[in-house]
Order: sequence, then structure tokens, then C-alpha cells
Amino acid sequence: MAITFDKALGIHEHALQARVKRAEVLANNLANADTPGYKARDVDFQAMMQKAQDSMTGFGMTTTHSGHMDTSSPGADGELLYRTPHQPSIDGNTVDAQAEQTRFMRNAMDYQASFQFLSSRFSGLTKALKGE
Amino acid sequence: MSLGNIFDIAGSGMTAQSLRLNTTASNIANAETASSSTDTTYRARKPVFAAIQQAMLNPDQQGFGMGSEEGPGAGVRVEGIVESDAELQMRYEPNHPAANEEGYVYYPNVNVVEEMADMMSSSRSFQMNVDVMNTAKSMMQRILTLGQQ
Repeated sequence: MAITFDKALGIHEHALQARVKRAEVLANNLANADTPGYKARDVDFQAMMQKAQDSMTGFGMTTTHSGHMDTSSPGADGELLYRTPHQPSIDGNTVDAQAEQTRFMRNAMDYQASFQFLSSRFSGLTKALKGE
Repeated sequence: MSLGNIFDIAGSGMTAQSLRLNTTASNIANAETASSSTDTTYRARKPVFAAIQQAMLNPDQQGFGMGSEEGPGAGVRVEGIVESDAELQMRYEPNHPAANEEGYVYYPNVNVVEEMADMMSSSRSFQMNVDVMNTAKSMMQRILTLGQQ
């Protein structure tokens, strides 16, 4: 049984990439907190993870015919969705700066967690190679 | 690497907010600049912000998501600075050197209270962008340590 990097790293690699993407989208929301008419966006992290997991375990539905419909939820490919505003402002901006900043911080924390998992996978591999 | 984009995005936000702070400073400094005619009177200046779309920066690279017609954003830009068309204040000050024949001078249409609120808002937004940049920096520094220890 060969050890491949794809299998050894597991889902954390996908998670880390999704976190980076989300950080970018949230940073853009924050930069546009005062832009008139700007609509806050976000990615659907859960749908992205679900898709990554399905593709890894092989339990995902595959489309082998043009008539087959895509069963994955919208946002699974990292498409940007629009946020539903709680308090839309009069200039059409839907960014809630405090909520966005909270999400950004939370995302950064989750990024660290994913990173820690990934990092320990690497140290595990190193230990296995050294045979200590 | 998209983490690098965050620096550009937060940087564009900081540039925009500092420009906004700049116009606020100019407005407050000129709040009492009287003049004799409506044409030469200072008018409150306001920046107009607009979102930068990534498709605008590199048109050959279309948005990667099917659902997003414009692709991900890439920060904010200042589209221009407009002068407020609110009414100027006309005051009767016959002793003022710039008074016209009827003894009136025109004061700018700067609302100092509004400018102060704007100043606080822009400095908060600036701080927020600095925070974002710091977080992105620490995220990037961590990724550099991947596989060590």
C-alpha cells in the first residue's frame, strides 16, 4: 500500500484552501463596507466541504449522462452567494461590518485549526519515515 | 495564492478610507472660508466609492464560479470626488472684507457635525482594514511553517 500525499493529508488540505478563499471574500466585504450599492457575499463552506468529502470517499453522485442533474447544493464549487441583510442601508449596501469582522476572525481561527491538523499530518509522516 | 490578494484588498480599502479622511480634513479646514460670490465659495467634497471586480483587472480570466457573473471582488476604488450641491449659507456681515454690495457673504455648505461623524466612520473602517491585513499576515506566516518541527 503506497502512501500518497492526497490520501495522507485528508480533507484538511481542501479545508485550508476553502478557508483562504473565504478569507479573501470576507476581506473584500470589509473593504467595501462603505461602497454604495455593494452587496455582501460569502461562500458556502459546508457545501464545499461536502463536495470535497464526497469526491474523496467516492460516495458522491457522478453524472455520466447529459440528462443527469447535478445533485450537489448550490455553492459547492465555491461560487459566491449573496448574503441576506439584516439591516440594509439606504444606499443599497448590505455589508454589516461588525458581523463580517466576526466572521473573518472566526474564519482565521478555523484556518489555524485546519492548519494544525495539516501540520500534524506532516509531522506524522516525518515520524513514519524516520522510524523513530 | 489568494492570501496575497487579501493584502491588495485591504490595501485598497485603506487607500480609499484615507482619501475619505483627507476630504473630511479639507472640508473641516474650509468650514469657515467665506467668499463674496456663490461661484468661488468652497463646497463640501465627498468621495464616491465603487467596488473593483476581478474581471476588470484581468479580462481574459473569466469568473470561476458558474453562479457569479462578475467573479470575486478585488477591493474598493475611489471613482471620483463630487462637490455637495447643498445650499450655501448666506450670512449678513457688512463688516466682512469679502461682503458684497448688499452686505452678504457666502459660507461653505459644510456640515461640521456630519464631517466629524464621517471622520469617525472612516477611521474605524481604516482600523478594520488594518486588522484584516494583520490577520492575513499571520495566516501567511503560519503557512510558511508548514511541515516544520
